[in-house]
Amino acid sequence: MDNENKLRVKGPGSARRQFPADTARMACGVGLLGLGLSLYARHAKALPPAAIRPPGAIPEAEFSAACIRCGMCVRDCPFDILLLAKPEEPMSTGTPYFVARQAPCEMCEDIPCIKACPTNALDHSLTDITKSKMGLAVLVDQETCLNFLGLRCDICYRVCPVLDKAITLDPQNNLRTGKHTLFIPVVHSEHCTGCGLCEKACPTEIAAIKVFPLYLAKGQLSAHYRLGWVEKEKAGGSLVAPDVEHQYNMPEGMQYEHGKGLSAVPPAPISPVEPVGLPKAFQGGKL
Amino acid sequence: MSAGFLRPGAEAIAEKGWLLAHKWLILRRASQIGILLLFLVGPWFKWWIVKGNLNYSYTLDFLPLTDAFQFVQLLAARQIPETIAIIGAGLVVLFYWLVGGRTYCSWVCPVNLVTDLANWLRARLGLKGGAHLSRQTRYWIFGMALVATALSGTLVWEMVNPVTLLQRGLIFGMGFAWTVILAVFLFDLFVMRHGWCGHFCPVGVCYSLIGKFSLLRVKLPAREACNDCMDCFAVCPEQQVIRPALKAINGRAPIILDENCTNCGRCIDVCSKNVFRFGARIGAATGAGAVAPLPK
Ligand code: SF4
Ligand code: SF4
Ligand code: SF4
Ligand code: SF4
Ligand code: SF4
Repeated sequence: MDNENKLRVKGPGSARRQFPADTARMACGVGLLGLGLSLYARHAKALPPAAIRPPGAIPEAEFSAACIRCGMCVRDCPFDILLLAKPEEPMSTGTPYFVARQAPCEMCEDIPCIKACPTNALDHSLTDITKSKMGLAVLVDQETCLNFLGLRCDICYRVCPVLDKAITLDPQNNLRTGKHTLFIPVVHSEHCTGCGLCEKACPTEIAAIKVFPLYLAKGQLSAHYRLGWVEKEKAGGSLVAPDVEHQYNMPEGMQYEHGKGLSAVPPAPISPVEPVGLPKAFQGGKL
Repeated sequence: MSAGFLRPGAEAIAEKGWLLAHKWLILRRASQIGILLLFLVGPWFKWWIVKGNLNYSYTLDFLPLTDAFQFVQLLAARQIPETIAIIGAGLVVLFYWLVGGRTYCSWVCPVNLVTDLANWLRARLGLKGGAHLSRQTRYWIFGMALVATALSGTLVWEMVNPVTLLQRGLIFGMGFAWTVILAVFLFDLFVMRHGWCGHFCPVGVCYSLIGKFSLLRVKLPAREACNDCMDCFAVCPEQQVIRPALKAINGRAPIILDENCTNCGRCIDVCSKNVFRFGARIGAATGAGAVAPLPK
């Protein structure tokens, strides 16, 4: 007979005395295991730079809780771009991602991956694929981008499915030749879906333009920052007093000129003029 | 008593013939491997009978099935899935309520193939002893997994869950998931008899909770014929469930009501006296406390 049965032959009393100690031991052990797992889970909460979530993926912190790791999205992707994370990959095991340089999202109009998803890990209210935000393209290497070097590669610009919106070409002077134009690819985050077609297509050995998860690719202004020109447009006019010419308080009869320094004011014909140099507000006028 | 030195089941083979003495084992393996193949012929041959994996699957484009433990974990993480997954979870709970909760363990779970192999090898190699731990540990792990999920906001257990790691690995690519499976195998082989499934796995716990009330049970209509050969105890992965019903402890009815019986049918196969058979819980209540599950 195996030990387990032998134990059962003992009287109920000994089993009962055993109980609190056993329970405490078990609770501690299992608690430690839970702690270890939770700590281990933390490393899996951020996405590695090359891993892009499928379209409609909810923010990363919630994604790993909402996704049931079923792979339905993987199966229904007609281009077979999606993979499920393996345990050794530094993200939540079993959750879907793609690597743009290997196989980018082709931005299916009917978004079958979202339709297949049985959870809210992929947001079912996203019906227009051009509104998706899988990541953001960043022209990471200006030293190897062919357009930066003065050539007309333009490939990223041309393959972009949100043509002429997500990437535009910004003409600049080619200072090296002095007479040509550089066509600088500029990514616009409000239109870029992060599909990764540009990264896939970039002809350089290692892509000069890369798609990153949004948390890596996008900066954010501090909340109290206001852009003057935006505020001006919103208010329909300037919000500050117009600039006035700067005044130096010089010894009488002297003037100051940049680079020359102090000099005597040349005598000028005296004419009756209004007082200048005071802000309008102090002139009794209105703003 | 020479029979005690024979391998468990030898008597049954002699009495009933090899096939009848392995009937449920064969059916069970067919079910486990068959279900795995159903998932695999999709990626292998593009025969999409079933899509997804055991966590959530979609069969023949109409039948959603959601794993009960995955569903509970989602709820613990305060996530409500789409309606189709909720329906899937309902169907699964209903199904296992009918056929017995831990029937999942014996008839579906791929890890059971691994732990059964470890246990078989353990017996073959004559490995005895090893670590002992209360079988209640799994309930603590079950609770811990849900609490950790609620606190951390991510499905913590899914990083190490051998059940999903193995099945998803086979269907979608294994990676290093095999190391976890190997660890479970070696643990069951060398460290603890019936270690993983009998002491730790919270998936089994989740299904055992459904099994508390389930319909299909092992009955012992001929328990008086028992000759105490102990073969059923030797083969049962949850041997503590048999005694109350077999020995009529506290006047219990001849039906195994413990939620941790996996409905594997090994006891039926191995018993030369045909003490056991499958049957419905209904109408079995001949003794006092027959319907109430065993007090812990
Ligand atoms: S939009 Fe199409 S290509 Fe992109 S991930 Fe979804 S199914 Fe695949
Ligand atoms: S279909 Fe949804 S739940 Fe399933 S793996 Fe993809 S994102 Fe996760
Ligand atoms: S495809 Fe690459 S090399 Fe060409 S313009 Fe775009 S970033 Fe530059
Ligand atoms: S206890 Fe867990 S691992 Fe074992 S068979 Fe059941 S579900 Fe599978
Ligand atoms: S009692 Fe019988 S059916 Fe239940 S787990 Fe044990 S051997 Fe399997």
